[in-house]
Amino acid sequence: MIFLKRQLPLLITFVTGIVFAAQYYVPHPASEEMLTSVTKWLQIIGGFALILGVTSLFHIHAVKIRRKEPGWGYSFVLYAGMLGTIVIGLWGNGKEVTNGTMTAFGWIYNFMMVPLQGTMFAILAFFIASAAYRSFRARSREAAVLLAAAIIVMTGRVPLGEYLIPLSGDLTQWILNVLNASVRRAILIGISLGAVALSLKIIFGIERSYLGGGKE
Amino acid sequence: MPFDILFGAWVATGLTLFIFTFLYKDNPLFKLAEHLYVGVSVGYTIVKAYDTVVIRLIYEPMVKQGDWSLLIPLGIGSLMLARYVPKATWLSRIAFAFIVGVGSGLAIPRVISSFILKQVEDTVRPLVSIVGGSPSFTFSLLDPASNLNAVILLVGVVSVLFYFFFSIEHHGPVRIAAHTGIIFLMIAFGAAFGYTVMARMSLLIGRLTDLIEYAEPRYGRASLWLIAATVALLAAWSVKQRRQPAPPTE
Repeated sequence: MIFLKRQLPLLITFVTGIVFAAQYYVPHPASEEMLTSVTKWLQIIGGFALILGVTSLFHIHAVKIRRKEPGWGYSFVLYAGMLGTIVIGLWGNGKEVTNGTMTAFGWIYNFMMVPLQGTMFAILAFFIASAAYRSFRARSREAAVLLAAAIIVMTGRVPLGEYLIPLSGDLTQWILNVLNASVRRAILIGISLGAVALSLKIIFGIERSYLGGGKE
Repeated sequence: MPFDILFGAWVATGLTLFIFTFLYKDNPLFKLAEHLYVGVSVGYTIVKAYDTVVIRLIYEPMVKQGDWSLLIPLGIGSLMLARYVPKATWLSRIAFAFIVGVGSGLAIPRVISSFILKQVEDTVRPLVSIVGGSPSFTFSLLDPASNLNAVILLVGVVSVLFYFFFSIEHHGPVRIAAHTGIIFLMIAFGAAFGYTVMARMSLLIGRLTDLIEYAEPRYGRASLWLIAATVALLAAWSVKQRRQPAPPTE
């Protein structure tokens, strides 16, 4: 039983890890077919992960309603929104538009999801501006550099900025394409080295936290 | 004006205004819209996942094309649900082991090829060009492929890597390199911040444009009526809050 609970998962990780790392170096149609198949498999298994997440959300709000915790009425709103969208979406076969006509599911997407999502992110503009006011005071040389770069990019991204300071558009492009690109490249190299190291640790069973703790 | 569009305009305007009320303070209108947003988003994701996974990846290949090999991922995926059975929780480890194993295996060669070697290749470019048999150096900052920009890119990448290299103490030339890296990092953070602010502003302009459009007579001046209703509701809630006795402090 210990083998099934502990060693088997590690063995599966090792075998699948080695096989799919090796797959990259085998340019054979069968190897390509295997990659295509396993990509679909991962999507299917990901669907089950979605079930886990949704069940957890259902459980959290069911507990809130059962215990009548503060704000439990909002959990009803959440349930209504979720179940309503699911029923209408499945009824319309998940299509937003049919024969050029907007379906009820498309209506939910256009008149509920898009405004809610857009506004939720748009209000961040106000909070970012207030955070900027507090943190952008040039207390040191580094902070001054950050402030200058942010102002140049903000100015160069709008027509008014380019009208007032004609050079700001070109300067913004240079900052984004050269200076910013160099930093992104260095960070990407660092992250990639870390990802490869972590993948190797997982395959060889050194990193096991993904299996969870507990005696079972 | 079709009824569904007109009704949609009123709903979209109301929800937009409810979210904007958070700029005053956390309130029931915002919470209502927030919970509705979560519910609708999750419902939308479930419907899309059903259409993609159940219909296109499972039902059609299995029933129409007879691809019964898909029973394997179905079986592995089902093991994840064993988390709900306390005595069989360990079975879910098999599903996680498969996903993590495949993901790690796929990642190693692809990350090395696309993100390490390719990035290094693009960074280590000739610092001087040969034009007509003689060396030349282009100074154009606006051309990302110019020799001057190649030098700046190389200095930027190396200095930022030095900044994150903690295996040796940052003294002498290493300190200078690391400090140069900080300057590059600050410029990049500033640029990222400015870019994000402008992206959020663009979204804000989009929402305000919709509110202005829905204030037109053909939409029944939805924005104006709903702004008045939202302000009235918020004021009533605020007055009610003030009249309530403050909770006892310990």
